[in-house]
Amino acid sequence: MSATATAKKDTSTNRREPKRIGHRARAQRREAIALVVPALLPIIIFSLIPLVSGVALGFTNATLKRNAEIEFIGFGNFIELLGDDRFWGSFGIGIVWAASVALLTLVCAIGLALLLNSDLRLKGLTRVLALIPWAMPPVVIAIVWRMIYNPNSGPLNGALEAVGIPGVNWLGDFSTALPAVIVVGVWAGIPQTTVLLLAGMQSISPEQHEAAAVDGAGALRRFWHITLPALRPVIIAVTALDFIWQFNSFGLIYVLTEGGPGGRTMIPPLFTYLEAFRNREIGYASAMGDVLVIAIMLILSLYLVNQFRQTKGARS
Amino acid sequence: MTSKRPWWGTLLMYVALAAFLFFLGFPLLWLLSASFKSTSELNSLAVNLIPADWDFSNYTTALERQNLITAAGNSLLVSIATMVITVLLSMPMAYALARLKGRLRAAGTVWILTSQVFPSILIIIPLFLVLRSINLNDTLFGLILVYVTFTLPFTLWMLQGYVAAIPTELEEAGEMDGASRVTILRTIILPLLAPGLVATAMFTFVSAWNEFFLALVLLQSPELYTLPIALRSFLGAEGQTQLGPLAAGAILATIPSLIIFSILQKKLTGGMLAGAVKG
Repeated sequence: MSATATAKKDTSTNRREPKRIGHRARAQRREAIALVVPALLPIIIFSLIPLVSGVALGFTNATLKRNAEIEFIGFGNFIELLGDDRFWGSFGIGIVWAASVALLTLVCAIGLALLLNSDLRLKGLTRVLALIPWAMPPVVIAIVWRMIYNPNSGPLNGALEAVGIPGVNWLGDFSTALPAVIVVGVWAGIPQTTVLLLAGMQSISPEQHEAAAVDGAGALRRFWHITLPALRPVIIAVTALDFIWQFNSFGLIYVLTEGGPGGRTMIPPLFTYLEAFRNREIGYASAMGDVLVIAIMLILSLYLVNQFRQTKGARS
Repeated sequence: MTSKRPWWGTLLMYVALAAFLFFLGFPLLWLLSASFKSTSELNSLAVNLIPADWDFSNYTTALERQNLITAAGNSLLVSIATMVITVLLSMPMAYALARLKGRLRAAGTVWILTSQVFPSILIIIPLFLVLRSINLNDTLFGLILVYVTFTLPFTLWMLQGYVAAIPTELEEAGEMDGASRVTILRTIILPLLAPGLVATAMFTFVSAWNEFFLALVLLQSPELYTLPIALRSFLGAEGQTQLGPLAAGAILATIPSLIIFSILQKKLTGGMLAGAVKG
């Protein structure tokens, strides 16, 4: 007994030894703390604590109704959620929305970046115009597109009518609402993706293209065998991030359709918002939020595993 | 490469470019033209970009009727306060993130990344409860606090990229001369960081100016509405909305961020890339 006790004592003093830091090092640590604390404090109070309690609220029956006590109800919300078809419906719509916007934005952005990276004129003008969706407040974007899609006064139906095609109630029709909203998402998403891809393209050395051209490779083959492989890491990162952002997005669709018609554009954040602040069921809404976080984590881990495999493949 | 491309290839590229120009530019042009159109013209299916008769009254109507000036004032106050507080808070931490090694830096980077991933709806519910319990919901001060927290991750990411670009040799030289850390920060780092700080500040301003979701949840009193929320309240049932004043208000709300973005264009992308590469 006593031997183990002395042994313990010995190791503890031994462990403490390297921790005995000099005056200088201690001053440096104090500096680091002083630098970090001002930003860390609001982060902890307004971000970390709400995040943790947001996750925890999913296990309670909290409501915004008066005189209701918050009770811990275990997995009750989650069991109820399993059978909630409206939530899973919105989940499916959210995935279709986010995947479509991310992929279509990528295709458009590659095209636009190629054009901006070529020797064409009008590049300055295009660059400025490509900036517009990025700078516009999402609410304004939604307002403009509501005007464009308006069945009774919008230019889209105006143009169709002019060539003799009957107009469509784009945002109000069950079959067209989701595609119409996706187009707006792509329009708003093009600038950022284009800028990132363009930067990636400009880091490819022109000699590579010239050498390939001398060997007789056409523009299409050079794009396929040089540009695309070089852009691969940027493409994967941008698309994964874009998917997550779109899956979590709110304002655009809220102002465009409020999830309608008949829930055809009801993406999960919108559904959760309505559950929390219109139905006032914040416990249940938080449980929905928890499920969304798990889903995103799963998607993200798939992406990370994929990245990991690639770097491993590249090394071997 | 130019000589190798056949004429139809060039033509095809210009057609594609024109299509992009039209797709990206048309909505803003339409909004601009709608803001000068008369009500009767707006309610017709006419597809003319140039108004048949110019009506400037939409702008005055927008400003008079829907307390848009109050909303613009609120937006300006909230955006400037968010900008100042965020930059002041993030400057030291961005410096620490860029210069310190080890666990703190790793933890900071992980947090910055995860904060991009969580749906804001999950955070806003408890945040709403916290702010309500200290009577800060439905106040502009509460909104500012929330905005600061939500803009910090990206601000830190941008700023630490700018700090990392400053060679450490400059600081070491200062240290050799016996300058204290504070003096080094003030006289060497701050001037070199100034362009990055300006870019970050402007970006923070635009983020707060454009933000919609958090303001929608936190603000209930119409006299506290920020510009996006006030604009959204313009939208009545289809057909009842006064499109002209709405378009005018939307244009007014877009001007500040459009100006800032055109100034920022190069710096912003540079900063994002620096953060991406060095983060």
